[in-house]
Amino acid sequence: FAATTSLSFPVLAANDAQDIINAFTGGAEAGEGALTLDAPEIAENGNTVPIEVTVDSPMSEDDYVEAVLIVADGNPNASVATFHFTPMSGEALASTRIRLAKTQDVIAVAKMSNGTFAMDRKTVKVTIGGCGG
Amino acid sequence: MANVKPRVKVPKSANAGEVITIKTLISHPMESGQRRDKEGNLIPRQIINSFKCEFNGTPVFSCDIEPAVSSNPYFEFKARVPESGEFKFTWVDDDGSVYEETKKIEVK
Repeated sequence: FAATTSLSFPVLAANDAQDIINAFTGGAEAGEGALTLDAPEIAENGNTVPIEVTVDSPMSEDDYVEAVLIVADGNPNASVATFHFTPMSGEALASTRIRLAKTQDVIAVAKMSNGTFAMDRKTVKVTIGGCGG
Repeated sequence: MANVKPRVKVPKSANAGEVITIKTLISHPMESGQRRDKEGNLIPRQIINSFKCEFNGTPVFSCDIEPAVSSNPYFEFKARVPESGEFKFTWVDDDGSVYEETKKIEVK
C-alpha cells in the first residue's frame, strides 16, 4: 500500500517553482481556462524562447488582471518575470523572450482583481540550453 | 552601463478608447550571474531588473524581471488610449542606471 501511495506524490521539482507559486497565490487554488500561455513545443535555442500570456478579462476598473507570474521549473532559479497590468492595459496580453536551461515546464499564474487565480503550463523541449557560458 | 539603447514602437495616432499594441526592446547583455569566465570565476549578475510604462503619469504595464529573461529584453503589451498624450517607458539596471524613453500619441 505504501508503494502505491507514494506514486501519487508530485514529482519533486528541480527548483523552488512551487514555493514561488504558493507565495504568489497565498496557497489559493488556481483555475484553468482563463489564462493561456503560448510557448513553442520545441525551442532549438534556450537562450531566447518566445512566450506570450493572454488572460480572458474585461480589464475594467472593477474586473481586471492584476499580475501574471511566470516561472520555469527546470532553471537554476525558477523566477522568470512578473507582469503587472492595470485597467489602462486594455487587454491582459504580454509577450517576452526567456532563457531555459533545459527541457522543462513553463508555468504562468494570473491574479485577478477579485482575488481569484488562473494557471496554465507548457512543456518546452530545449535543444541547446540557455544558461551556461 | 554603456551602449544601452531603448527602442519603442507606438502608433502615432489612435481613436479615443482604442487598445493599441506597444513593442519595446532595450539592448542589454542581461548577465545572468550563472556564467563563469575562463578562470572559472562566476561573472557577477547585471541585468535590467524592472520595466514600466505610464501614460500621462498613470501606470499602464510593468514587469519585474529576473535573469531568466533573454538578453536585449523585449516586451510587447497593450494599452488603452483615452486621450492624446505621452507614453513614458522606464528601465532600471542592477547598477542603478535608469533608461527612459517617451512617445507621443495623437487621438483623432
